[in-house]
Amino acid sequence: MRRLDKDRLTAILFITPSVVAILLFVYGFIGWTGWASLLKWNDLAMIAKGKLFPDVPFAGMDNFIRLLTLDQRFQVDLRNTVVFTLTFIVACLGLGLMMAILLDQKVKGEALFRGIFLFPMAVSFIVTGVVWRWLLNPGNSSTGPVGVNLLFKNLGLGFFQSAWYTNPEVGFIQPDSAIGGFLNSIGLDFITTAKFGVPFAILSVVLAATWQMSGYTMAMYLAGLRGVPEELREAARVDGATEFQVYRSIILPLLKPITLSAIIILGHISLKIFDLVSSMTGPGPAFATDVPAYYMFDTVFRGNHFARGAAIAIIILLSVAVLVVPYLISNMRSEVKQ
Amino acid sequence: MKQRFKPPKWTRVLLYILLIAGAIFYLLPIYMLVATSLKSYAEVKLSTMWSIPGGFHLDSFRQAWFGDPTKGTLGLSSNFINSLKLAIPATIISAMLGSINGYVFSKWKFRGSDVIFTLILFGMFIPYQSVLIPLVQTLQTFSRTLRPVLNEIMAWKAPELLGWLPALIATYIPMYGTIGGLVMVHVIYGIPITTLIFRNYYAAIPDELLEASKIDGAGFGGIYRYILFPISMPAFVVVLIWQFTSIWNEFLFATVITNKADVQPITVALNNLAGSFIVEWNVQMAGALMAAIPTLLVYILLGRYFMRGLLAGSLKG
Repeated sequence: MRRLDKDRLTAILFITPSVVAILLFVYGFIGWTGWASLLKWNDLAMIAKGKLFPDVPFAGMDNFIRLLTLDQRFQVDLRNTVVFTLTFIVACLGLGLMMAILLDQKVKGEALFRGIFLFPMAVSFIVTGVVWRWLLNPGNSSTGPVGVNLLFKNLGLGFFQSAWYTNPEVGFIQPDSAIGGFLNSIGLDFITTAKFGVPFAILSVVLAATWQMSGYTMAMYLAGLRGVPEELREAARVDGATEFQVYRSIILPLLKPITLSAIIILGHISLKIFDLVSSMTGPGPAFATDVPAYYMFDTVFRGNHFARGAAIAIIILLSVAVLVVPYLISNMRSEVKQ
Repeated sequence: MKQRFKPPKWTRVLLYILLIAGAIFYLLPIYMLVATSLKSYAEVKLSTMWSIPGGFHLDSFRQAWFGDPTKGTLGLSSNFINSLKLAIPATIISAMLGSINGYVFSKWKFRGSDVIFTLILFGMFIPYQSVLIPLVQTLQTFSRTLRPVLNEIMAWKAPELLGWLPALIATYIPMYGTIGGLVMVHVIYGIPITTLIFRNYYAAIPDELLEASKIDGAGFGGIYRYILFPISMPAFVVVLIWQFTSIWNEFLFATVITNKADVQPITVALNNLAGSFIVEWNVQMAGALMAAIPTLLVYILLGRYFMRGLLAGSLKG
């Protein structure tokens, strides 16, 4: 018995460095950032030399209030991040599911196709950004069309040419349209403004991100499809269900947990996306491709607005936590039950 | 079971058309990268960027690797080596840590260990923006404390045989602006995913196996060394691949922590290259290919394990 106790102690001793590191570098640092977000800490001079913590007065919730009510750039960023997250998730789920179902039809060369769909996962967002920046470069009067636009022109599909990420326009419900008029009449006129629109430029970044991540959802769905027992499909077919009905009523409902996992993973990637925006477009025309993570980096490491950056970081963290924490807790509960 | 030959139906044809269209979408950027990198300077023009290269030239590749002295641009070769110096040790250390942690959280559970594990797991999902400011402050404090020590070491007249030692210490001393600082950061923030993968792997190993050796007198260390470690290879491969790929591809920590060109990993250098107006697009493409090659090689050679790491990331062990 003594032996066991000693072993238990050794076990705890071995994980202590990791637990301490996580406590400090994750939870401690988050607390620190939270504290910094409440300070009037907006220039470099306030970091007293040789001091770990800045010696500056409190600002209370000012940084947050300013971001959420006055800061035009941050308002645009919030809109962009919502548009990015929704379109990115829908595109990855749609494309991934479609590719997985196609690959599930006993195709020849399945391994090759799977390899091709998934390989972008292996490269850096920086590589993706640099390449897609050139692919979706609209070109100018001296170069003529380049990248994808040039490809469209060569294929005789010139009408597909677009300004891509340089397009400064924001699509939103026009107040003088039928739907817009209705929304205005019921007092929802704030929806018929650019604040609730879709900046076209960011869809180019979504395209690049989807290129990189959709293979991942494909792999998850394919693993799920392979887990559906053949007898189940066979039984449905015997009952006279068409192949489409088999998928709609038998298989897709079984894939729901996978869809949930995928939404969590893709959502937390997109809420904090920074690398891709940084290497592909930067803030873009009229901040059309700016996102909170990019603003945070910009304002802290180029502008020395530490407190504002910290407040943005806390907002990003909260948005991710809303997505992830319930999932983690339910995961832990289901494991305890097992 | 032998399949009878079925004549191709239009749905089968449509199926392959869609699959090939998908493959073209995913391969298009890689075609551009490779084609551009292989072209000679005479061939690289924006107006012919989709044309097939006329030969095997590597002109752009050479310029991306060595830089162009006439323009004063640095090559990516030193950054490529920095990435190796960063990713290899950080990967190995995180795998070892993850293995030990996974062992404890699966086989030596104690009261509250599941809660601690979940708390660790949350570290996998946090946006790193929320730790960035304290991280830089902390690493700069490390710098202030360790700089005198480092200066002392650098000033030390090492005997012939140990001449390499001061430079090695200078590289790996964990502080702001060194590769060592980045290694430390990647090891710490890698703890959640590596612990998770190993824990799930060890959890599948029956406890009876351990009980038997406990009766034989094996303790915490003995069980790990003689029973679990020898069968851990598959989990190690998954973790090594996963960590190597993520660390090689990482950008945010690297750009914030390494402020000088001579310590920057390749992602940061590539991003700078792409943001520079004097570097032509073909050189940028070659640089991007260079940054992508190591992880692509890992993927092509060990794709099976890469997949497992991916699916582990989705919390389904």
